[in-house]
Amino acid sequence: MRNPSKKSSSYFKSAKTRKKISQTIITFLLLLGSVIILFPVWWMFATSLKSMTEIMQYPPTFIPKEWHFENYLDTWKAAPFTGYLLNTLFITVCVVFGNVVANSFIAYGFAKIRFKGRNFLFAAVLATMMIPGFVTMIPHYVMYSKLGWLNTYLPLIVPSFFGSAFFIFLLRQFFLTIPNELIEAAKIDGANHFYIWLKIMVPLAKPAIATVAIFSFNGAWNDFLGPILYITDESFYTLQIGLQVFKGQLETQWNYLMAGSLLVLLPVVILFFIFQRYFIEGMNLTAGSKG
Amino acid sequence: METQVTTEVRTDTKTNKVKKRKMSLEKKEGLQGYIFIAPWLIGFLVLTAGPMLFSLYASFTNYDITSRMDFIGLKNYIRMFTNDDLFWISLKNTLYYVAISVPITTAGAVLLAVLLNQGVRGMRIYRTIYYLPAVLSGVGVYLLWMQLLNPSSGLVNTVLAWIGITGPAWLFDPNWTKPALILMKLWSLGGGMLLYLASLQGVSNSLYEAAELDGANSFRKFVHITLPMITPVIFFDLVTSLIGGFQVFQEAYVMTTGGTGGPANSLVFFNLHMFNKAFKVFDMGYAMAMSWILFVVVLIITLINLKLAPRWVHYEGDDQK
Repeated sequence: MRNPSKKSSSYFKSAKTRKKISQTIITFLLLLGSVIILFPVWWMFATSLKSMTEIMQYPPTFIPKEWHFENYLDTWKAAPFTGYLLNTLFITVCVVFGNVVANSFIAYGFAKIRFKGRNFLFAAVLATMMIPGFVTMIPHYVMYSKLGWLNTYLPLIVPSFFGSAFFIFLLRQFFLTIPNELIEAAKIDGANHFYIWLKIMVPLAKPAIATVAIFSFNGAWNDFLGPILYITDESFYTLQIGLQVFKGQLETQWNYLMAGSLLVLLPVVILFFIFQRYFIEGMNLTAGSKG
Repeated sequence: METQVTTEVRTDTKTNKVKKRKMSLEKKEGLQGYIFIAPWLIGFLVLTAGPMLFSLYASFTNYDITSRMDFIGLKNYIRMFTNDDLFWISLKNTLYYVAISVPITTAGAVLLAVLLNQGVRGMRIYRTIYYLPAVLSGVGVYLLWMQLLNPSSGLVNTVLAWIGITGPAWLFDPNWTKPALILMKLWSLGGGMLLYLASLQGVSNSLYEAAELDGANSFRKFVHITLPMITPVIFFDLVTSLIGGFQVFQEAYVMTTGGTGGPANSLVFFNLHMFNKAFKVFDMGYAMAMSWILFVVVLIITLINLKLAPRWVHYEGDDQK
């Protein structure tokens, strides 16, 4: 922290009090912001426990008068949520696995192996980040429908095994910080690149790989466009689609809607609190290398 | 970026044998490199380049996914510009949304990052709280906001009523639907904030100390030191949020119950219109023509951005661009 030197001249004294005042103002602003951020989440929780009559009351109550915990059970029973959950879990696990394996593999190639056209191809990786998804959206749909992949998990899972620019970039950045001497030493011991990747680089890159895993979990879990495009058969629905259907059926049942939404968000929130260091550091990692 | 070492083979003193062995070693190494990046390369050809070419060709056809794919020249494009009111409405809605939401969220994220970069007690907790909404996304959050924005029983209008303001009907009033979505977006500022926070921590203290000696106040320090130092990140964020902003879709789809477009078509965004054309009436050729129009719009805006960048983006020392 930059602190004015501790000479006790009056100028620095006033600077000190000014600093104190500004710190108080900042703390106040941050607290206010925190309340604004957290209140909607509380509101969601409170609504999920209210009865419909209480929801309709004006002015609205901030703390439910009666706590209807059974709303959660009713919500879960109102639609085949258990099936949706299993579908979502399966897809998410596959996507996370695909992303972790493919991106770390590709990123190792870009970071640690010299080959012709490497810089050019890496520039192409970065350029694909600039291509808006909608240009390829319809061709993807056509391709998957021709392959007979509609109403299967394949269109949602398979692409994750081909790497994504953002994750390749993030992992390459991490691999570059690992000294080349390590690789040279392993090579002298007779290790090939595949062995080095799996046994040396991947274990060393755990924090970065955790970041990729978390971000792709989040993405797959919250994916909405993919499932609505490729899945029409209810037995393949994911939680995100399940919620949407649920909303159509029970237009104004806000308590059930909020209970369902909270249940769906819960794993993400838990993950966030357990791994929040990685969430935040993962972003720092990419940002730090950009400036 | 690490510069590539040219794999020059020395021939002067070495014998041809050594040269050959070295060559083959390098070739072997290079081949392994291609094996490692093969998944991306295949993915790029099959999932990006191929689809883009197909989409470009199909935009000149009457493709409907089942039977037809006749070349019809520019008909899709002509129909779009002359005979589709919703096309213009969706373009206007999207431009409105991008023009308002991108500057606000960018400025907001910078200010938030500056606040969160001060040495205040409990900073880790604040950072966690502010980042939380960026993690919460998907249908659940859109449904939550529909509740919060409910004109009579929602939280937003209740709070506005406390300070004597009668809140608008939000998602039921065509003038307020887009501001409603922007408000929702503001809630999750924390995602962009993190990027700025990281770059703020890279700004060296000596610059501030020098400015303090010159008697600069906090505002001047912010304008003359902080802001210029983080312009590369602002630039990056601006480009990506513009591209993202033009793709606004999910919130409109969910919050208008299945993509009907909201009151007076006020939430018919470009992507929503395209989605409906493609997947509700299977007018695929037309939808792909639309996607190329949007691609060109986004490309032009990105290029303008790149062109203007040198005027305001400050790169420290001789850093690469």
